[in-house]
Amino acid sequence: MRQGDLVSATSLSRADVETVLDHAAAIAADPESWRERHAGTLLALCFFEPSTRTRMSFDAAMKRLGGDTVDMGHVESSSVEKGESLADTVRVIEGYADALVLRHPSEGAARMAAEYVDIPLINAGDGAGQHPSQTLLDLYTMREATGLDEVTVGILGDLKYGRTVHSLAEALTEFDARMHFVSPRSLRLPRSVRYDIEDAGGEVREHEDLNPVLSDLDVLYVTRIQRERFPDESEYREVAGKYRIDDETLAAARDEIDSAVDTTDHARYFRQAHNGVPVRMALLDLLL
Amino acid sequence: MTSDDPQLRVSKIRNGTVIDHVTAGQALNVLAILGIDGTGGEEVSVGMNVPSSRIDGKDVVKVEGRELSQAEVDVLSLIAPEATINIIRDYEVIRKTRVQRPNAVVGVIECPNHNCITNAEEPVESEFDVLDEGIRCRYCDTILREKLAAQIRA
Repeated sequence: MRQGDLVSATSLSRADVETVLDHAAAIAADPESWRERHAGTLLALCFFEPSTRTRMSFDAAMKRLGGDTVDMGHVESSSVEKGESLADTVRVIEGYADALVLRHPSEGAARMAAEYVDIPLINAGDGAGQHPSQTLLDLYTMREATGLDEVTVGILGDLKYGRTVHSLAEALTEFDARMHFVSPRSLRLPRSVRYDIEDAGGEVREHEDLNPVLSDLDVLYVTRIQRERFPDESEYREVAGKYRIDDETLAAARDEIDSAVDTTDHARYFRQAHNGVPVRMALLDLLL
Repeated sequence: MTSDDPQLRVSKIRNGTVIDHVTAGQALNVLAILGIDGTGGEEVSVGMNVPSSRIDGKDVVKVEGRELSQAEVDVLSLIAPEATINIIRDYEVIRKTRVQRPNAVVGVIECPNHNCITNAEEPVESEFDVLDEGIRCRYCDTILREKLAAQIRA
């Protein structure tokens, strides 16, 4: 972020996170006064993988700041399908827009792309790597619910391939948060994320079963097991459906827990999705 | 070193590089780092498990007509941290340096993550930050600690 890009959550300091979240809160409190802030600004949306929420919330965020977007469209109908490299694609798109949002199936794609363009670049997901703008809105949602210090956060699901998990866990090391990681053995955190947590003085607490830690949690963050990330189908089938969060699961949780049952007071995921717009407006305003 | 040195197991070279004090067992990996597999016609001598006063057995690699790039030396330092590089001109050692652990290594090593952008058809070289233990891909963050030599680009 210091270089004008947002490629990885590891580059976000506590001050960076707080700046974005405070700015997002100011925007959310008075969205009208930001309507013309970036009139005439164009944001390029380059999604090499499917996306609904991320793409639409960046689109909405730019437009609510008075700007507009140019969208690469589907990969099948683009020059990428004709064999153009990512490096060439982003260099061409740099000429069309003032900033670029990139999602790509290869880990490290955003870092490489950022080396090829001078306009701000936001990583909207690079394979199983990072998804830092999602982390900012996750942190915004958590801060609203519980604060980010002196909290205990459970992160459950696909911790190996889950890019939102990698970014969130690394960003939480900047705060006084205890983390519990719940996953099947085969989907534990990758070595690099463990390294970063421990390097920041944190502890990696791993579990296969949620129940023993559930009552300690202030926040439960649940990720989907992502079929598309598994190198082979049998590995996916072994773990699919392993964790199911229902009313019964949450009966043991603290009242304020965030989770995945939308008829209960626990759920924050619709709120989380709505927060995508002001948080991304804040991010764009700070980077542009 | 004289011609009757009892430790001199292979012939002297006229111009090129002698890589000495290579960790025993790593000589073939040193050749891999240099991209030498015998098909290029280079004149190469290799000593393996040669007695050494400084380390417990060593390998020695002598390459005629070749000086090492910094990238090659950097990677070499990861698998042979005690190695010394002797540049030879007209049979004389004109420069002798010990390898130093670099902050980063560029090229030479392939990221073990097949889905890393450095393994795609893109104009980007692999680049790793050197950690206390292992190396870390600057693009995909993969940390490589074991079998580093197996990731040397063919």
